[in-house]
Amino acid sequence: MLVTNLAILVLAGFVGFVVISKVPNTLHTPLMSGTNAIHGIVILGGLLVLGLSGGDTLNKVILVIAIAFGTINVVGGFLVTDRMLEMFKGRKPAKQEEIEEAKDDEEKAA
Amino acid sequence: MTVIATSFLQDKNFIDVCYIVAFSLFIVGLMQLRGPRTAVRGNATAAVGMAIAVAATLLTPGMGNWGLIILGVVIGTAVGIPAARNVKMTAMPQMVALFNGVGGGAVALIAWAEFRNTGGYASEPLYVVVASLFGAIIGSISFWGSNIAFGKLQEIIPGRPITLGRVQQFVNLALALLAVGLAAAIAAGSTDEILIVGVLLAAALLGNFLVLPIGGADMPVVISLLNAFTGLSAAATGIALNNTALIVAGMIVGASGSILTNLMAEAMNRSIPNIIAGGFGGGGAVAGAVGAGEHEGTVRSTSAADAAIQLSYARQVVIVPGYGMAVAQAQHAVHELAKQLEARGIEVKYAIHPVAGRMPGHMNVLLAEADVPYDQLKEMDDINPEFPRTDVSLVIGANDVTNPAANTNPQSPIYGMPILAVNESESVIVIKRSMNPGFAGIENELYYDPKTQMLFGDAKGAVGEITEEIKAL
Repeated sequence: MLVTNLAILVLAGFVGFVVISKVPNTLHTPLMSGTNAIHGIVILGGLLVLGLSGGDTLNKVILVIAIAFGTINVVGGFLVTDRMLEMFKGRKPAKQEEIEEAKDDEEKAA
Repeated sequence: MTVIATSFLQDKNFIDVCYIVAFSLFIVGLMQLRGPRTAVRGNATAAVGMAIAVAATLLTPGMGNWGLIILGVVIGTAVGIPAARNVKMTAMPQMVALFNGVGGGAVALIAWAEFRNTGGYASEPLYVVVASLFGAIIGSISFWGSNIAFGKLQEIIPGRPITLGRVQQFVNLALALLAVGLAAAIAAGSTDEILIVGVLLAAALLGNFLVLPIGGADMPVVISLLNAFTGLSAAATGIALNNTALIVAGMIVGASGSILTNLMAEAMNRSIPNIIAGGFGGGGAVAGAVGAGEHEGTVRSTSAADAAIQLSYARQVVIVPGYGMAVAQAQHAVHELAKQLEARGIEVKYAIHPVAGRMPGHMNVLLAEADVPYDQLKEMDDINPEFPRTDVSLVIGANDVTNPAANTNPQSPIYGMPILAVNESESVIVIKRSMNPGFAGIENELYYDPKTQMLFGDAKGAVGEITEEIKAL
């Protein structure tokens, strides 16, 4: 099991390296924010440990905080990334539509 | 029937398949995030993956403590949504730091709870213990380091480097050894709870001491690095809990975060060890010595009225925004000025250096917020050939990215860094608060160039004044 998990770990590392190379500078900040949201996956750890064992009161308090932290990471992370990307949206597509419309007009004229 | 359905959904294989779907969606999402047109969809794709991963986890047989789970999720949602909704665009980097920090904090807390649950890892295999403790140390460093980064960017803590001086490195080393030593004692079989608390505290102090000496301008690189750290610690938790989704998602973030950190550092011509060593942001002794006393030339200062006249008789104006514009939140004022110039038939372009504002894409986000048309934002390689044809370059709070020393002075710490060639334009107006050196702590030869004029003042105020003067012309 350990070896399988290590294999998965190494492969995931390579995927991470490959996916991020060659990204336009403009998108670095949203990308950092997006990957930040993805590591909110730690919430799974909190859910599993609390759900399957729990333990004494202090343990439960620790785990509820951990789950709250994980939720903030996930929810806040994806929302913030979306807000950042919203700024790039709307402008570009609108312009492309204009260009396409212009093309359509030209075609009609022709 | 329901029994069969339940058992099917709770089958380990089914849950694992859900995890595979989830991390596939993460990868697809990240790939979509690489292009401006697909980026919004990419973020949504990854969010769907996250929802599937969480739902699948909740199906795990034997789950209990539902009330507490719901409590945790509700608290997290109640804090996370308003925080993400209300944060200003300029405060984005520190918000990311906070969200990253709580992720690391969650990892550290889970490790602590695991320790307590298993009686000090009494009957756990060694690899579980090592992975869990690795998560505890890195998670705690990430949590506290991110909080300091947040504090610095939010200006709760002074942005200048705060160091213990020469002993800093020894203190850090001692703390790292302490954390690892205590962890080794646990791995060797000790089950005393004081040990895990000690590990978390030593790592917490280390997180503080690592980030405090780093100047505010370097913070975004640090945040990116801590982001990679949190990813790695999540992957370690995945190994400890034997959870594929955690391993894959955590490791992808760890790897991509490292690359991203490296890209940011490279664009600034700095190495990551160099940044970690700290002390750079406040004009360190070495950096300061290089630039000092080398300049014979004089600095010419100008007034808003003169700048307005110069700008309004130009044919092409290139605006070079930097950290100063971000700090002063002057993006709306800058766009207002640009509109005035355009109304007079002047061509206005924005030159965006890859690390302007010390955060790749930071200027783009800010200017987009102020409704600056996307096609006026020019990347460095596109705008550099334009400078010889430019009448006035207006540098707003940018410094090191315009320093010609990067091309001409091999002694300069930033030698070799690609810069915006503003010194090739007809004339240059620099808006700056004072003659203090920039974040690299070195003097900018551009300011001593005979065709450069300095307009001292806060970016927002100065740009506003110029705009008023142009309107009055």
